[in-house]
Amino acid sequence: MWDVEIRGMASAHAIIASSIFMATVMPAVLLENFSVYGTHMVWLYCVAGSVAVVNTAVFWLLGISPPTKKNTLSYKINRLSRSCLYFLLSCLFFHTVVVMYGAPLLESALETFSLAVLLSTLTTLRCLCILGPNVQAWIRVFSRDGAMSVWDTSLQITTGCSVIGAWLGAFPIPLDWDRPWQVWPISCTLGATTGFLTGLVAAPVWIHWHRKQLTYKLK
Amino acid sequence: MKRLPVLVALIWVCSVFYVGIFLFVGGFLLVRLEVNRTSTCADVLSPGAQVKGDFCLSEPRFRRAVVLIIDALKADFTRYDPENTAPKPFENKLPVLDEMASSHPSQARLYTFRADPPTTTMQRIKGFTTGSLPTFIDVGNNFASNAILEDNLVHQLGQVGKRVVFMGDDTWVSLFPKKFHKSLPFPSFNVKDLHTVDNGILQNIYPTMEGDDWDVLIAHFLGVDHCGHRFGPDHPAMAEKLSQMDGVIRSVIKRLKNDTLLVVMGDHGMTDTGDHGGESQKETDAALFLYSSSPLFSAPGSQVEPEVVPQTDLVPTLALLLGVPIPYSSVGQVLLPLFPQNGSRGAPTGLSQAEALWINVKQVNRFLETYSNMAKDIPPDSLSQLRADFSNISSQYLAAVHKGHLPSHDLVVSMQNYLTGVRETCRASWARFNPFKMAAGLLILGVSCMLCYVISELSHLVIQEGLLKLPILSGLVVGLVVAAGQLFTQGYLELSWCLGAASLSSEVLFLWRTRGVSPRGRWSASGLLTPALLVLFLRCASLLSDSYVIYEGHVVTFLLFTLSVYIPLRLNWDGLLVPLPPPDTQKPPRLLPTTLPSSVVRREATILLVWLGVMVGSLYLSLSLHNCREEQGTCQPSPFLSPLSRVQDSQLRNLHYVLSVVSLAMWGYLLHRWLRHYGNLNCSSVTVFSACFLLPLACVCMGLHWAVSATPEDTFRTLSELIGLAQVFLPRATFCLLGLGLLLLWVDPMTVFLKSRTPLNSRGTSLPPPKYRASTGISPQAELHHLIPQLYQRIRHSLEDGVTESGEADSRPAVEAYGLGTVYSAPLILLCGLLGLVLLLLHPEGMALAFLLLLLEAAAVLHIHACSTTLSSLHKHSNGFSVPWAPVVSWSLAAAQFFHATGHLPTFPSIQWGAAFVGFPQGHTGTVLPASLVTLNTFSSHIIFAVGCPLLLFWPLVCEVRGTRSTRSAGAEESEDAVMEMRLRENPQKFSSGLLQLAARYLFVNGAQVFASVCAAAILRRHLMVWKVFAPKLMFEASGFIVGSMFVILGVAMVMRVDMSVGGLFKKLLPQNSRQSSLITSGPAKAAPAQVEVSHHIGSDAACGSFPDNPEVMTEN
Repeated sequence: MWDVEIRGMASAHAIIASSIFMATVMPAVLLENFSVYGTHMVWLYCVAGSVAVVNTAVFWLLGISPPTKKNTLSYKINRLSRSCLYFLLSCLFFHTVVVMYGAPLLESALETFSLAVLLSTLTTLRCLCILGPNVQAWIRVFSRDGAMSVWDTSLQITTGCSVIGAWLGAFPIPLDWDRPWQVWPISCTLGATTGFLTGLVAAPVWIHWHRKQLTYKLK
Repeated sequence: MKRLPVLVALIWVCSVFYVGIFLFVGGFLLVRLEVNRTSTCADVLSPGAQVKGDFCLSEPRFRRAVVLIIDALKADFTRYDPENTAPKPFENKLPVLDEMASSHPSQARLYTFRADPPTTTMQRIKGFTTGSLPTFIDVGNNFASNAILEDNLVHQLGQVGKRVVFMGDDTWVSLFPKKFHKSLPFPSFNVKDLHTVDNGILQNIYPTMEGDDWDVLIAHFLGVDHCGHRFGPDHPAMAEKLSQMDGVIRSVIKRLKNDTLLVVMGDHGMTDTGDHGGESQKETDAALFLYSSSPLFSAPGSQVEPEVVPQTDLVPTLALLLGVPIPYSSVGQVLLPLFPQNGSRGAPTGLSQAEALWINVKQVNRFLETYSNMAKDIPPDSLSQLRADFSNISSQYLAAVHKGHLPSHDLVVSMQNYLTGVRETCRASWARFNPFKMAAGLLILGVSCMLCYVISELSHLVIQEGLLKLPILSGLVVGLVVAAGQLFTQGYLELSWCLGAASLSSEVLFLWRTRGVSPRGRWSASGLLTPALLVLFLRCASLLSDSYVIYEGHVVTFLLFTLSVYIPLRLNWDGLLVPLPPPDTQKPPRLLPTTLPSSVVRREATILLVWLGVMVGSLYLSLSLHNCREEQGTCQPSPFLSPLSRVQDSQLRNLHYVLSVVSLAMWGYLLHRWLRHYGNLNCSSVTVFSACFLLPLACVCMGLHWAVSATPEDTFRTLSELIGLAQVFLPRATFCLLGLGLLLLWVDPMTVFLKSRTPLNSRGTSLPPPKYRASTGISPQAELHHLIPQLYQRIRHSLEDGVTESGEADSRPAVEAYGLGTVYSAPLILLCGLLGLVLLLLHPEGMALAFLLLLLEAAAVLHIHACSTTLSSLHKHSNGFSVPWAPVVSWSLAAAQFFHATGHLPTFPSIQWGAAFVGFPQGHTGTVLPASLVTLNTFSSHIIFAVGCPLLLFWPLVCEVRGTRSTRSAGAEESEDAVMEMRLRENPQKFSSGLLQLAARYLFVNGAQVFASVCAAAILRRHLMVWKVFAPKLMFEASGFIVGSMFVILGVAMVMRVDMSVGGLFKKLLPQNSRQSSLITSGPAKAAPAQVEVSHHIGSDAACGSFPDNPEVMTEN
């Protein structure tokens, strides 16, 4: 039972990780003048888009999302619209947090918002896929005893890694090295993406390592 | 509580830190060795060559010289661009220089004159009279200028009998006491005074010039510099001042005779804000203008013109032109265009280029030989290279002279290269270090940090056992032994080594003794790897990079933000932020942990998040109040930083003024409201007097002072005397009021109102006495106003008490004390408030906003700490009153953050010298008072946060939720009144250990930062940025620590003072109510009689929640 779930998670994570690589490689092949630093916004939205699509598809196919009580169309649309709203709100939330952390308020607002979109894709979207549009459940998941399945644990790990990655990504900005990746928000997006990838790798490993200690309450 | 051990431990730790800082700084910042020899006319520079002296051989070119020094005459000020149709106030205002240089190219020339850093006036005067390179350490002497002991131009002029007349900046008189034939000094310290010095010079310069009692006239104008300091260069006043200088130069030129040389020079430049002291090109580039009525220069284009003239080069040039010996330690190079290229020997025009250079080379070589014999700091390889160069030049020159040739052009170039080489070598090696002292200082500081950590972990043992006695005594003994040893072996005492040995031995002994005591578990890595300490580590690591030091304000804000966001995340992770779901019915009820009621959790979580919002908001707003370093390219300094008198637009000025006054009123109102809320304003003690009357009055005085100082000088000409008077007396009155308040606070810090109650006969029917205000003079309306809350409370009491009604009523105490719950924190808050106002007065008016944000942020840190303590009170079994690391680190980071948000920077030019003139617009006579005012201004945020540090201990108790703590003690049957800070009295041992732990932790956090910046200075001592970034940062960090630690001790002492008063109060109360006491103590649940005796009321029942408003409103300005 455990091994099956962990293996499933590992392969799902591998698909998501490969989608990020594809999002980096494919435009470089298809588009002219594409580079991660030079046309950073294009890269960012490629990654965000592919992660969003692949994430949704994988979780929909695996059937991880919580069982819906009603199966009517209107309920589904309601859920979908609520999910979109939450995603948008989360973008705004991340934008605010990033500005509070010291990002410029007016100039390069688009870049800041793109970072917020990426962060939301890496964190909120997974929450939406796994837990549905339910803020209570989100708050619950991020507590020590809150995880109710391996997917919840993996959500904890990847979200934490993404956010910490973005946080660490802010460190090199003030340094006077004059590198292209020190330009706002490249280091932060790279940090967030790297953190996310680390989380994708770390989650199955960590769960496998601690599978004896992990006991989940039944839903 | 134990007072002495706590204070002794803190003072000991602080003094150990001070010794470490002292040792390191002593090794890091060394003064260049001064060569106390002087040149004379009879000196023979190269032995054997000539019999007569070298210097005074030929007839001097000029008999007289007029030196006009215009302080801060930046190179840009002197450029004249006729095509500039809309010149800024500082542009095109000195057309005379350009006019002369272009119309008489052989008589006048204008150069850029580059000063060496530090660009402060005294260092510059030293530089262009001795011709040497002053060092960094001299910066501190600017306001206590000492006589120059090295050989200098003024001395040389006096030696050959020239009559030197001086007028202007009085710094010169202290630098050259009794050297002038005649001197007319004018006070220079008052930066706001634009005219005294200049007008004094103007009254005297023309009569002196027309007279015949002078040979060299030095006039030092200060107006331009003061105008820059006061208004900045981009201000109409600057245009006025520069035009005045233009007129002065014109009139001086008119009066010049043929044998007189005119030198017009600036000693340094200024930044765009009018400051100076650093080493940016704007500060170093001044102007130099040379003029003579007789031809001075060879035709333009005939030779290479230097683009930039180093300031040291003026000394040998002037010396040779006036026919005096070049000062002994000069490393300057003669200014070649002033000497004829192939001057015929013996001609009245004086020395030729080659001859002048030859004398100069010999003089510099002699100095180099002398210096390298005295000190070994010039690297041997470059020294031998320079020696080889010199012997080469010497042989070539002598050969050429023997043959009767003129020295070749190549020889001239190689002589110039030699002189430049010497100058660069000296400059490179005159930042010398003493590695032993530095290492010792580093070691002591490192061990001190460890010591602080150990004390904070073992505070309960430190105060109980005599752990400290032996280390301190042994330290003293070791120090004395080392001193005696030094006296016997060397014959003299080196204080730093005695202190170092003493402190190191006492530290090591203490650590050795605690080694056995400390439980093993505490030292595990997990104890040190908490996120709070990780943030501290990041902060310390950031001090090792120049980029992070440059952006320190942002770095600190980033870290503080991270730490405060971490707290709710962590609480949520522990499942404490949201109320638990209803208990699982399957589990046996015994295993359920006792939890807080979910309403309490919800309320506390809301409070926590609200205060987090306040914190984030004030952090974000405070980012806009920063000043800018010169290294930060595109940064704009905050508009609130400039004093109101500098703001040109009157509407903007009014807006800023209103904003400042509103912030000031808010500061006073928030303090007052807090004190009233907790019932600390009910009694009629002197403290309440100072809170209710002195504080608002001081605020009013301050508002008026700002208004007066903001009025432009020329608007009310008729009232100018009154305004001048007000500028003196308003701030002084504020100082006095606040000082009186602080004094009264110390004399009687009690803010408790006692009310005796008649025993309740008809229990249940009578209302409890009014809970909010029981002071005299309360109106019946006010009583009525409180009737509703009282009724409500009464109802609630009866509902709550229900079963225990009968027992409860009996144990109603006989004395009610209002404000006892916050008896410790109220005086401390008042102290912070009063101190804050004093410090605010020393800042520019706009900083009132920063101070308000500071207050909000401090409150936010306290409340977040209190809420998280309440929420995790069941989770963690905290022993005593231990304050975790996270709030302590936040507190210290907030201090560092508001250092930046009040417009300060760790650089010397950014020191707000204006603080010295608040209340003293005429300047000072001594140096102690202005120095302490500037220190208070610079470290104001360190001071406020250091004094307020014990609040971290009190706040969770102040905000404690009724019932949370009592559920922990078994058989809780306490009265429903919150016990609050009386818990501290219940447990004096834990109180003192908690206080010691808190102070030690705060010192550790600050000490670690000092240690990190010391490490940065030591490791990166050859870094490009060491004098620009790391050394100033070290000085500021170390001084901040010294000031901060003193005020930590002051805050702790204040708490102890309050504790003494509380002790006295209880002693007084106990005998009065002995009967009641015996009755009450029979109850089983009562712990200490003193506490049961007195029930204390706060303004409202809900500790941190809302409370009905009191109709009596503070008098606002």
